[in-house]
Amino acid sequence: MAEAIRIENLRKTFRLGFIPKPREILKGISLTVQEGEIFGYLGPNGAGKTTTIKCLLGLIYPDAGSIGIFGQSHLSPRARQSLGFLPENPYFYDYLTASEFLAFTADLFGLSRDEKEERIGRLLELVGLDRARELQLRKFSRGMLQRIGLAQALINDPKLVILDEPLGGMDPLGRKEIRDIIVRFKKEGKTVFFTSHILQDIEMICDHVAIIVGGRIVKQGALQNLVSEKVLFTEVVLSGLPAESFRGLGESFSAKGDRLLLRVFEEDKVEEVLALVHERKGRVLSLSPRTETLEDIFVETVTGR
Amino acid sequence: MKIRAIAGITFKEAKRDRILYLLFFFAAVGIIASRVLAILTVGEQIKIIKDVGLASISVFGVLMAVLIGTGLVYKEIDKKTIFTLLSKPLHRAQFILGKFLGLVLTLFVMTLCMTAIFLTLLYLHTQRFEGAMLVAIGYIFLELVLITAVAILFSTFSTPILSSLFSLAFYLIGHLSWGLELIIQKMRPGAGRTLVRVLYTALPDLENFNFKTEVVHGLPIPSAIYIPSLFYGLFYTAFILGLAILIFRRRDFI
Repeated sequence: MAEAIRIENLRKTFRLGFIPKPREILKGISLTVQEGEIFGYLGPNGAGKTTTIKCLLGLIYPDAGSIGIFGQSHLSPRARQSLGFLPENPYFYDYLTASEFLAFTADLFGLSRDEKEERIGRLLELVGLDRARELQLRKFSRGMLQRIGLAQALINDPKLVILDEPLGGMDPLGRKEIRDIIVRFKKEGKTVFFTSHILQDIEMICDHVAIIVGGRIVKQGALQNLVSEKVLFTEVVLSGLPAESFRGLGESFSAKGDRLLLRVFEEDKVEEVLALVHERKGRVLSLSPRTETLEDIFVETVTGR
Repeated sequence: MKIRAIAGITFKEAKRDRILYLLFFFAAVGIIASRVLAILTVGEQIKIIKDVGLASISVFGVLMAVLIGTGLVYKEIDKKTIFTLLSKPLHRAQFILGKFLGLVLTLFVMTLCMTAIFLTLLYLHTQRFEGAMLVAIGYIFLELVLITAVAILFSTFSTPILSSLFSLAFYLIGHLSWGLELIIQKMRPGAGRTLVRVLYTALPDLENFNFKTEVVHGLPIPSAIYIPSLFYGLFYTAFILGLAILIFRRRDFI
């Protein structure tokens, strides 16, 4: 499989303020994104995610390192031609209507009139804005702006789509729709590189992830290699018995009315808990084994715990 | 095509700016008020109308160029629309040229409207079409084109308020720098004179575009003056735009 993005030893220091103080944001980032995969780029606020994306797009010039997109320099017109980008908290010319704005972005790619019309109609339908076609962007909600942002990122039918927090500001239904669109990209053979704070979403759709902390990539790899299948603990929700009955078997977390949430860390003790409930005529309401999630990996990596 | 797209969007944006209409309103008031001033003057009424009319077009045109031009690039950076634009296959130079041409088009339309009011007023007064005025207005427009380039240059690295101050300073210096030429003539040869000459060469001389006196008084304008002025304007604008592109190409968009 060919490489869609190759970043090697990327470094960037900003000098900001009246008396410029150097602040190293990227401290040697290296990563590779294969063609056709969905790559999640995670990190806490201020870790350097957006700076990496800006370097990738040529909005910021790195101090050192190299960036390649489909084997070409990221600044080359051919690399730009095959790229679509949705910025974080997108803001566009609010006096334009949705279709005028898409027509403008199409002009920047030099699309013909027919191509332009066809793509605008198709994309507005894809992101669910076909009814808002003639509505000015100033009347758009945050979620709608995110959708029109996604549509403009796709106007050139890009091979690589870079999305900076695409799920921010979306309601659960909108998030699902965007997730479905991202998965559809993969089916169409597109490569997706995206950042998100919503780890559940990343876990659901990403093939590879990289975690950046303090300007350094501290973990990266295929999602299934990072997240183990091992059961961390089992959560048992039961009723009819007091928390004291389970001393030594597990940690009781919350008691709401008659209900008790018990976290059992050893697998053989789950059987003991069930036997005890049965014996004392209690009721097991639910039992769910918890395997490691991306969130666990993320918290462990970021906090060192 | 790409420059045209940016120019088109800039024109759309500029024509939505209320400042533009406010300045146009005052320019129109200025031109029409020249008629009132003329009534209060003894003799040479027509010259007052021409003088005040041309001055209104020039001053309000410059204010339009500065107040809109200085915000154009800054707004794109401040509102982060630049991120979307520059991630497309668009050179930074194309962006600057598009912005410049969009504003020049706006100023062209505004100058055209102001000229229409001015010439109509003159026609009502003299009952004939004063075509010579178009020469002076043409050079006023050339000056506006240069001021637009200057406003965009400052806008690439500074805030709108500072850029406006710098651009207006450029305009004032440009209209006063001819005084240096007089100083050079009166100075003795030496280091001081060389220094003043270097300063005079480096500073703009916007009086090169001032043909108001000639057209108002019906004096001839020799081609030895207006042709070099035309090239001076074009080259100076190209130089300033080149500088703006150079600065804009190097900057990071944080």
